[in-house]
Amino acid sequence: MKPLISAHNITVMRGRHALLQNVSLHVGERDFITVVGPNGAGKSTLLKCLLGFHAPDSGTVARADGLKTGYVPQRFTADRAIPISARRFLTLRRKAGDAAVARAADETAVGDVLDKMLYALSDGELQRVLLARALLGDPQLLVLDEPAQNLDISGQLAFYKLLEKIVRERGVSILMVSHDLHLVMASTRRVVCLFHHVCCSGEPHEVAQDPDFIALFGDDMARMMAVYHHVHDHVHERAGVRADDGAGHA
Amino acid sequence: MLEDFVLRALAAGVGVALIAGALGCFVVWRRMAYFGDSLAHSALLGVALGLLYGFSVNLGTIVVCSAFAVLLVWLRQKHVLATDTLLGILAHAALSVGVVAVSFLDNTRFDLHGYLFGDILTVTAHDLWWIYGGAVVVLGLLLANWQALTLMTIHEDLARAEGVHTFRMHLLLMFLMTIVVAVFLRIVGILLITSMLIIPAATARQLVRSTGAMAAAAAALGAAAVVAGIFGSIVFDTPSGPSIVAAAALMFAAVFPLSLWVRSRSRAANEAAGPAEPVRRRA
Repeated sequence: MKPLISAHNITVMRGRHALLQNVSLHVGERDFITVVGPNGAGKSTLLKCLLGFHAPDSGTVARADGLKTGYVPQRFTADRAIPISARRFLTLRRKAGDAAVARAADETAVGDVLDKMLYALSDGELQRVLLARALLGDPQLLVLDEPAQNLDISGQLAFYKLLEKIVRERGVSILMVSHDLHLVMASTRRVVCLFHHVCCSGEPHEVAQDPDFIALFGDDMARMMAVYHHVHDHVHERAGVRADDGAGHA
Repeated sequence: MLEDFVLRALAAGVGVALIAGALGCFVVWRRMAYFGDSLAHSALLGVALGLLYGFSVNLGTIVVCSAFAVLLVWLRQKHVLATDTLLGILAHAALSVGVVAVSFLDNTRFDLHGYLFGDILTVTAHDLWWIYGGAVVVLGLLLANWQALTLMTIHEDLARAEGVHTFRMHLLLMFLMTIVVAVFLRIVGILLITSMLIIPAATARQLVRSTGAMAAAAAALGAAAVVAGIFGSIVFDTPSGPSIVAAAALMFAAVFPLSLWVRSRSRAANEAAGPAEPVRRRA
């Protein structure tokens, strides 16, 4: 499968030490990759290289021709000084018709708050509006940088559930930085554990048993993931049934 | 009947208010007030150089302000000192060097007070060309990039991810600020330039619910302040620049408590609306 976006051996220097060292990452169609790692491990830098914000000091980043990406940024506070409604924000620099806006708003359950001011939205609503904006571009790949960071636990659960639904319905690929690994285990197909270099990567339950992962995150995280592994199996099964259905029709 | 110089002053002031309304919104949103102030302080050096070497004062200002802006960006990237410290150093250094440079000029042909506080009543036809030329450039560039600038102001990385050339946009804003300083210099004076950008925009912010409306309201309020300031300055024989700014400040002072009151009332109404609404519907 041709990757949508890929990094080959990229190195990014900050001063004298390497923020990223020989990192390679390939995101294919219908991928769901979660990047984990301690603070300052270079996760955001990796995303920014892939998005083309800055070129790596060495290595290459390749994007599929005409790739449409949607970006959902890390937490931010909408400034009260800027009087802009959520609806207007969605259509800034976008030639999106009312129907497209309504559809994206519907998918992300923000239809009721579109006419509120951006700064008046709750954290959860703001995050969903950002997701709606990303979806308006009809992306093949969603890049999310700790999208649920400032939500409470139920807000996080709801957000990841929503993301799962969108993945299911739209078939978009996901590349996400997240600390909430235990919450995204079920949908994540591949975990990349980053600490300046790729420590380990693979399916969530494999990574959870990897000594490198345990060294970085400790036993507790690994055990927590093992607990959620059960949930993962469950969802996997359902996904399997659906896949069989598809095969039956074919 | 209005004298010619009053008409010119009014025309100049309205032009300035139009520019200030639109750019002022971004100055308020992006917290560029101190930056604008520092840029304006550096303008005096440009004036002095322009007069010393006999080229246009406006051009001298644009050149010096641009150099100042570039210097500031370069220093800021070094991350050695906080931006406000840098701005404080550069602004006061530039103002002082400017005053020193001005002292080399022949005193009879230089009105320092006029440059510091502006003198809209002595605006010439040549000044009007600069103002309306500046207005076309500033408003044209702002309108053409309005959505990109707004998106970048809300979230810089988001704008970048969606293909906005954020570096170019930063340069654009600096360039526009430079033009504004050069154009406003004679009207409101070095020390009061930023107030024309900020006060009408901040007043407008209390009254509107969209970015475009904020710019339009800021321009209208600015124009009203200019008209009030000019007539006030003629009637009471006060300096024109400070009179205009004082008029703008009065508007802010009038609107701000009003907006606080409206906000607290609408909050109270929202709280009351919950249980009360169905009752009202039934009735």
